[in-house]
Amino acid sequence: MGPNRTWLLIAPAILVIGIFMVLPLFLAVAYSFMTANPYGGVTQPATFDAYLQFLYQRDFDDSLVFSPSYALIILRSIYLAIATTLICLVLGLPVAWYIVCQTPERRRILLFAVTLPFWINTLIRTYCWILILRDEGLANGALRSAGIISDPLPLLYNDGSILLGLVYTFLPFMVLPIYSTLERIDPRLIEAAHDLYASRSAVFRRIVWPLARPGALAGATLVFAPALGSFLAPDLLGGGKKLLIGSLIQMQFTSSRNWPFGAALSTVVTVVVLTVFVIRSRKVQEDRR
Amino acid sequence: MNGAKPFDWRHTPGLSAYTALIFVFFYAPLLILVIYAFNSSRLVTVWSGFSFKWFVAVANNGAIRDAAFNSVVIAIVATIASTAIATAGALALERGRLRFGRGAATALIAMPLVVPEIVVAITTLIFFSGLGMHHGLINLMIAHTVFCIPFALLPIQARLRDMGGTLEEAGRDLYADEWRLFRRVTLPLLVPAISAGAIMAFVVSLDDFLISMMVSSAGSTTLPVYIYGMMRLGVTPEVNAISTILLAVSIVFVAAALLVGRRNRLA
Repeated sequence: MGPNRTWLLIAPAILVIGIFMVLPLFLAVAYSFMTANPYGGVTQPATFDAYLQFLYQRDFDDSLVFSPSYALIILRSIYLAIATTLICLVLGLPVAWYIVCQTPERRRILLFAVTLPFWINTLIRTYCWILILRDEGLANGALRSAGIISDPLPLLYNDGSILLGLVYTFLPFMVLPIYSTLERIDPRLIEAAHDLYASRSAVFRRIVWPLARPGALAGATLVFAPALGSFLAPDLLGGGKKLLIGSLIQMQFTSSRNWPFGAALSTVVTVVVLTVFVIRSRKVQEDRR
Repeated sequence: MNGAKPFDWRHTPGLSAYTALIFVFFYAPLLILVIYAFNSSRLVTVWSGFSFKWFVAVANNGAIRDAAFNSVVIAIVATIASTAIATAGALALERGRLRFGRGAATALIAMPLVVPEIVVAITTLIFFSGLGMHHGLINLMIAHTVFCIPFALLPIQARLRDMGGTLEEAGRDLYADEWRLFRRVTLPLLVPAISAGAIMAFVVSLDDFLISMMVSSAGSTTLPVYIYGMMRLGVTPEVNAISTILLAVSIVFVAAALLVGRRNRLA
């Protein structure tokens, strides 16, 4: 197939994604420098107001007052996304290793079981935890009937429940890339290490982990990026009281009607996420060298 | 010497119990949802007998039926469009000769997997409103087609890579022109992968919530958006029932894609 025909075949994909996805990203950057229209949308003139809003608030007399509440939401979102990534790594690495150690037939079944949650609606997967964690939910019910507590524990609507929802949603993204790098491990390496009196932990530290690291890095980006912009876990399990950046963006286009600010927030998220991906691909290229 | 067992690195003490726990963590919440959906009590967490009545209630709910209809129509259109685009794209990436731009094209097609959903949702909203396009269903069909493309592309691209070019070369040696080669050799070999890609695209479209919520308008509510509205009002047995139906649909379709993929290997 010559270059001309090749371009012809790939053109629809490039055009559709370019026009309906990449162009809107740039349009959002443009919107972030506009003035909010109280009825939705944006108007002239162009300003930096949306970005100033990260740190300042306009007072009644139009002076800027330092107000870090939005900056704190952004920092809290980053902190929760990093925590999610680390928890997924700690929980997922042993699972990936376990699957690698199985027979090919069992590997296939286990991989399917890890992948399946990914294809199940996140809305429904998140909602399940409301059934378990709410005041009249399964967890409190079990604890009450066991006589451990008399009043329900506040399990829902806090950072812990958000974190639980995020880990539950994104754990498969960590297991799969680690598995695919560990799968290629040469058993003779481990046997040789054992013959040289390496302990189990030494085998893990010196052989398994170095081989798993590129997969862990890939998994970390795949977990961090969607966790940073996540909407459902904070919204349903955080009760909307604990705002994270995803819900904050969504609010600017619904109740708050401040499109420039929402566009500015989403631009910041995009820049952070793309930076993480670029750093990772640099690192992958370094490792190859 | 003592009778030390031969070293078995494939067995780490406690690891199978740990992995079992993680799978309980994955699946127990879903199982709980399904069990509650069959609970006849309106008090969701008090068990008072097995019943199908909430499924009947869901089936008789006109708003749910409308939302489900919208979801299926959008998913069918998005599946056909994205699978066609993805098939052409996969052929170009795996069989085409490009002197430049291959990396850029691959990165561009992966964009819907990289950019967080909330960003896709609001930038798409900005784009359509900037153009003055307020056709709920059509906007949703376009938006779904975009993010379904990489999901449809991956299995097709993997299949093209696995099967190599030998059969196509044989066809070329027998003087088949490009079109006949595609019709008689490449396409038949690709059918299982294209089906698997299409099923994945269908599931992804059917399940999408965030983008649909931001892009949809009054008449074009999709099923997940409607279910979200129900969830905001509280935990009810109807929510459990409709969620269970959607859960079952996803599992059936993904299992089907897997079975089709199995045929892939035999072909």
